[in-house]
Amino acid sequence: MAENGIGANVRRKEDHRFLTGKGNYTDDLNVAGQTHAYFVRSPHAHATINSVDTSAAAAAEGVVAVLTGDDLAADGIGPLICGVNVTSDDGEPHRAPVHSALAQGKVNYVGDHVAVVIAETLAQAKDAAEKVEVDYGILPAVTATASAADEGQQQIHDVAPNNICYNWPFGDKEAVDAAFESAHKISSLDLINNRMVTNAMEPRAAVGEYNSGTEEITLHLTTQNPHVHRLVMSAFNQLAPEHKLRVVGPDVGGGFGVKIFVYAEELVVGWACRKVNRPVKWTSDRTEAFLADAHGRDHVAHAEMALDENGKFLAMRVNTTANLGAYLSTFATMVPSYLYAFLLAGQYSTPLIYSEVKAVFTNTAPVDACRGAGRPEATFLLERLVDVCAEDMGLDPAEIRRRNFIPVDAFPYQTPVVQCYDSGDYNAALDKALALADYDGFAGRAEEAKSRGKRRGIGLSSYVEACGIAPSQAVGQLGAGVGLWESAQVRFNPTGNVQVFTGTHSHGQGHETTFAQLVTEQLGVPIENIEVIHGDTAKTQFGMGTYGSRSLAVGGVAIAKACEKLIEKGKKIAAHALEAAEGDIEFADGNFIVAGTDKAMNIAEVAFNAYVPHSYPEGLEPGFDENAFFDPMNFSFPAGTHICEVEVDPDTGEVEIVKYSAVDDFGKLINPMIVEGQVHGGIVHGVGQALLEGCQYDTDGQLVTASYMDYAMPRADNVPSFDVDYAPTNPPHNPLGVKGCGEAGAIGAPPAVINAITNALGIKHIDMPATPENVWRAAQSAG
Amino acid sequence: MYNFSYQKVTSVDDAVEAMQKADDGKFVAGGQTMLPTMKHRLASPSDVIDLGGIEDLKGICMDGDAISIGAMTTHAEVAASSDVQSAIPALAKLAGNIGDPAVRNRGTIGGSIANNDPAADYPAAVIALGATVKTNKREIAGDEFFTGMFETALEEDELITSISFPKTEAAAYMKFENPASRYAIVGVFVAKSGDEVKVGVTGATACAHRGMRLEEALKGNFSTAAVDAVELPVEKMNADIHASAEYRAHLVKVMTKRAVEACL
Repeated sequence: MAENGIGANVRRKEDHRFLTGKGNYTDDLNVAGQTHAYFVRSPHAHATINSVDTSAAAAAEGVVAVLTGDDLAADGIGPLICGVNVTSDDGEPHRAPVHSALAQGKVNYVGDHVAVVIAETLAQAKDAAEKVEVDYGILPAVTATASAADEGQQQIHDVAPNNICYNWPFGDKEAVDAAFESAHKISSLDLINNRMVTNAMEPRAAVGEYNSGTEEITLHLTTQNPHVHRLVMSAFNQLAPEHKLRVVGPDVGGGFGVKIFVYAEELVVGWACRKVNRPVKWTSDRTEAFLADAHGRDHVAHAEMALDENGKFLAMRVNTTANLGAYLSTFATMVPSYLYAFLLAGQYSTPLIYSEVKAVFTNTAPVDACRGAGRPEATFLLERLVDVCAEDMGLDPAEIRRRNFIPVDAFPYQTPVVQCYDSGDYNAALDKALALADYDGFAGRAEEAKSRGKRRGIGLSSYVEACGIAPSQAVGQLGAGVGLWESAQVRFNPTGNVQVFTGTHSHGQGHETTFAQLVTEQLGVPIENIEVIHGDTAKTQFGMGTYGSRSLAVGGVAIAKACEKLIEKGKKIAAHALEAAEGDIEFADGNFIVAGTDKAMNIAEVAFNAYVPHSYPEGLEPGFDENAFFDPMNFSFPAGTHICEVEVDPDTGEVEIVKYSAVDDFGKLINPMIVEGQVHGGIVHGVGQALLEGCQYDTDGQLVTASYMDYAMPRADNVPSFDVDYAPTNPPHNPLGVKGCGEAGAIGAPPAVINAITNALGIKHIDMPATPENVWRAAQSAG
Repeated sequence: MYNFSYQKVTSVDDAVEAMQKADDGKFVAGGQTMLPTMKHRLASPSDVIDLGGIEDLKGICMDGDAISIGAMTTHAEVAASSDVQSAIPALAKLAGNIGDPAVRNRGTIGGSIANNDPAADYPAAVIALGATVKTNKREIAGDEFFTGMFETALEEDELITSISFPKTEAAAYMKFENPASRYAIVGVFVAKSGDEVKVGVTGATACAHRGMRLEEALKGNFSTAAVDAVELPVEKMNADIHASAEYRAHLVKVMTKRAVEACL
């Protein structure tokens, strides 16, 4: 192993600049001549716009322009799109209402964009925004997921009768129904997956600059995928041709999915900077983030499991209503369909699964991917249902899981829901987690807690997820509008240091360190001589960005492949210089060596020769700079068992997590310290969903939880110190042997927490977030 | 934030004069409620009169059997004061658990009491400890000071100068925090001196109040069992997305019992 190579806990290279205040975030950028944009947003959840009078605002001090949906349409700027098709049960594509970046005739949620004011200062823009007169015709609002498609509901979009985006059945209904008919026992559960506001620390922002000389727009954005933003804005929004649009995602302070999407504000800033021929800056305030960032989750589901007399799962039936909000965000349709139903097998060998998903429109903010995206919803449903099955069968939750796990010798394992798991050892992770959690000692601890008036509970969650997104052909067949390969370029400079260009994007994950470790491992270049560059369409080759825990499993492999090409080329150069046959050259630890001799040449010298090719192999191109693309053959399937132990105070309903043990299979770890940080962050995200975070709209469609005064984010004192370990297996399709790790905690944690609470109280179920009052009520009714 | 005139004064008289001259003036103490409100454009005072330069309003001193805390004393200073810690430890503890460190280092006792947020901590202590609120005009008894939601007995140009807390035999404050804001969903301050028991309740209703029924029950029998027997008026309790009226009424009793236990 190279020093600082694979497996080393290298301190994050990027942290020096972040911790010393030298990070460069979008809002840090200030450009000469810059103006400020402020959006006039709908205060109503559902209303027609009878008229918009911008005259007073336009005349206000400092105002450069006041623009509306009419201006946008007149300039031919296309509506925002959703990039994944889901075919509804009538054979038609999902219903996609037109989503103009500035409203045209109607608003559909509180925070919807009505007009934009561009002024010399932000305060002037805000003052003028108050002068924009909008005459609204208020309509009844639809906010509740479960009833959005009911008969007689207010209709939101003409193209979507009964507010249905799609009805998407999947699986062999007849076979599943038949299995239920003859089952020994049927366990069932109604459950809600609570809506979340993603809440990245850095709010969204955009700075647009137009160069009338080159006719190029440069758009700095809080984006997880600059090239995807550029592609969508060029190809679908007609903002500018791709080669005349530069998108830069500089340092980004947290994404969690919410910065994947192409938002109205971003498109409007890009368009407006050309229209007013001045740089335009917009930074979301926290209230705007609550109102208009894409939200996550929001399912209402009914789940049933058919069991035989030994507690083996025979078939599962799931009915889900998923709230997509007022419009379709960029990848909204795929989250409650492909990313959800295809994960319903979990770690189990359930032979038959049937799922129906009804995706509905409501007068709420658009809903799209949020850390885990579909997989937390599937895992919560399944792992809760498994605990109900255990209770119904009189089995220990660990035992029922064991009886149904896909055995280690069954991989690759084809599930009944499309996914083919490539590797895993679920018993190994469970065993290790049970030991880590001292599962056997729980009864004693529960007894001791009882003497203090507390009720102690323990909960398991054995999750699997599909990430490392994704094989292009597979997602293409499903209806995705893009391929999901990744790219890399590894460039030696003549002096021997290395620039690594990746198509992925780091917004907190530590790519600058992890990817440098890959390169130092492979090429033997000292880690301090390696710079990882990402996030600028003018610097890096086309890439798909970062989401779905794909950066290492897909982007890392592309880097490794580029490195392999350099080694192959280097052998030719070294063979020439060392006067040996190419076949006799070996490469190790940064040196090209003539096998069996002490004749060697460092890779830095080889690079120099490639740029100063005075004596050089005939016909070989100069330069030491290779690129590679990698399209994975399968998803990546991290899995593990998380065990949460809680103490409930029955007098107040407070839940304290007293112990949390996580054993995950992420394949090979490149930087275990960074991985552990990702696990910690993911678990805290999941604990937040389980105990604290509950986004609520009232029946008028007002967001009740629109600030941190009412929306509870997890804090350090909500979680214990975590016990983290690993039970790795090797994914055969991944050349680096790695799996994704960024979403696992958010997927595994919620059912572990809720299973612990239901165990503590002896109740069947409690919905998330398990707030003190809800837990207190459950404790009262449980006696 | 809308435009406003700002002035920093160095005496109470100057502050009052500035207020009288202002169109729609506001005193700012620590600004922990007022500035966010202004930033959200929910308040637009014509004049902001900063009391931060008035040295007379700062500091903590023993005054016979009472402890006097200047209106502009920060929560952090109260929490760290050895005088407060030895005279009324429950008050120091209360101050040390308001908001977060940033709030505690800027926010002041006078600002908190004058604002009278229904979920603020200090009002419960002012009421239960029988404190006296001293102003530039008069002295107001603690349990007459808080008159309604964000309403106090203060007049337009009246400024709190200090709050005097009499020492007590035993006292404890128990807060059940809102998981989001960490304000009190319910906070109960119990103070006991001989047979005298006073209970200050915050968070539960529109305005901090004396828990008369709880006091009655505890006077003859200072025990948790006494609290169990009390019936609280659920209909007077606040209800919001974090806690229903019924749950709040229940929490008042639980917090009272815990405070009683801590006093014993």
